[in-house]
Amino acid sequence: MVEIYAAALINGLLIGGVYALVALGLTLIYGVLHIVNFAHGSLLMVGMFAAWLMAEKLGVHPYAALPVVALGMFALGWLLYRLVIGRVSRGEDRAILLATLGVAVVLDNLFLTLFGGDTRQIESDLTFAVIELGPLLLSVPKVIAFAVSLLLAGALWGFMALTDTGRAIRAVAKEPEGARLMGIRPERIFALAYGIGIGCLGAAACLLLPSFFVSPHVGSVFVLVAFTIVVLGGMGSFPGAVVGGLLIGVTESMGGLWLGESLGPIGISLVFIAVLLFRPTGLFGAAR
Amino acid sequence: MKPVLIAAAVLLALGPFALTSQSLVNIAMLTVVSAFLGQCWNIAGGFGGLTSFGHTIFFGTGAYAAAIMQTRWGLNPWLALPAALVLGAVVGAAIGAASFRAGLRGSYFALVTLAFAEVFRVLSNSLDFTRGGLGINIPLGMGAANFQFADRRATYAVALVLLVLATSAAAWLKRARFGAQLVALRENEDAAAALGIDLVRTKTAALALSGGLTALGGVLYAQTYLYVDPSISFGVERSVEMLLVAMIGGAGSVWGPILGAIVLHIIADVSRAWIATPGFAPMLYGVVLLVIIGVLPRGIIGVWERWRA
Repeated sequence: MVEIYAAALINGLLIGGVYALVALGLTLIYGVLHIVNFAHGSLLMVGMFAAWLMAEKLGVHPYAALPVVALGMFALGWLLYRLVIGRVSRGEDRAILLATLGVAVVLDNLFLTLFGGDTRQIESDLTFAVIELGPLLLSVPKVIAFAVSLLLAGALWGFMALTDTGRAIRAVAKEPEGARLMGIRPERIFALAYGIGIGCLGAAACLLLPSFFVSPHVGSVFVLVAFTIVVLGGMGSFPGAVVGGLLIGVTESMGGLWLGESLGPIGISLVFIAVLLFRPTGLFGAAR
Repeated sequence: MKPVLIAAAVLLALGPFALTSQSLVNIAMLTVVSAFLGQCWNIAGGFGGLTSFGHTIFFGTGAYAAAIMQTRWGLNPWLALPAALVLGAVVGAAIGAASFRAGLRGSYFALVTLAFAEVFRVLSNSLDFTRGGLGINIPLGMGAANFQFADRRATYAVALVLLVLATSAAAWLKRARFGAQLVALRENEDAAAALGIDLVRTKTAALALSGGLTALGGVLYAQTYLYVDPSISFGVERSVEMLLVAMIGGAGSVWGPILGAIVLHIIADVSRAWIATPGFAPMLYGVVLLVIIGVLPRGIIGVWERWRA
């Protein structure tokens, strides 16, 4: 009995690491641009398809493809902000929300048109590999995904804290007009931050693929999870996204264990609603 | 609105009764249902600015009410209409009261409605009461007394009555004090509150009105297709379609959702003849939405309003 719980706990933590990476991108975009990026799940789906195509057509393992996919997704995010979201939204809250929804609708259905609705997976030696840890069996791709996700989260934090570009991003997040007076162009930083947020998704996609399926609908699976993590941790908070990711990973796997396969997913939605209704600043957020 | 336009609208609405092709009537019926659901969304989302991403909650509540009342309790399906109206309004009031009391607005309200819809989907997918993922089949029993029509024109007539009802509600909002309060708080919450408008009560009432009407659409769906299941009832696609219809036609206007539904169904039918792959038409909807937000924030109807002004 204890083993089952321990296994569920560890599994939840492992998947939570990747969730944290997905949520980091979302919280970065919120923190800097103050926009709710509803296209986040759909863009993760695009990254997963990119990684899947590289594995299937070119024979490149998703881990080897990670830098390329992350860079490609960064470029896609940057372009998307420059060409669509930044232009269409004119800085209005509702227009931005609907613009990102529009992008999600277009992407989901574009991939449905191109690839059909089937779910796809890659076959690799790693898919079913496990590490034995006492009585527990840990899935190797999940352990790798967890470790690399947290490594990348640390790297992103370092980038934001230590580099000039990171400082410029934080300056724009706090005080766009002040930053403009210091010679920083906020519009450039917005596109850059959006690109970095989406680049995180490219990395997460490659880490997920060996143990997760991909389909044009997979975005909607992740979008609510990512938002739950971000509001739980506090919108815009980096440590919040990491802690929130781990908590939600555990909530999901414990929910599945206690409530069963079909009722289990309710846990995430309930956490989300409860946080929004009773503690909208989240665990690490400053008061609004 | 000019009498000529009203005459044209009446003619357009009554035209399908003269059609003998059931498939053409079916297209007209689906367009009117879309317009109706878009109009329901418009009442909260357009007039009140309550951007809901989960309006299918009310649709699904109505659909399940119809299915459960018949299959479990043997009630006449016509009774499902008043029941759905009340249930939809209660669910809307509950979600509204909880969200607005917590001060959720804008994107946060959109996200919380999405999460509520997911809760409803998961619950209907796992409870015995709703027969879980199997869904509920409504036994066949054609006849007007049983709210099951072999002739699509009868279904169309019911849809048309619903659309007239919802559009009258929107037209009433345009003139009534309640509607003016809604628009005031959409434009500036703080100013509206300073004028003594009770934000929570007004917004909750709008969501309840919109929810009650939307649930009627769920009853019509259940009686037309005689089957409901969790993803038909509570899937995100329907919420998005309702929003698209209203936003593309013109949110906050009386005729916008009708225009939006006509435009979306023309896109759907033309593009299906062109590329039939599933997903192609909805992709175009998304593109149209982006163009509308970027170029015509007041929707297609905005062009007409600007020209008239």
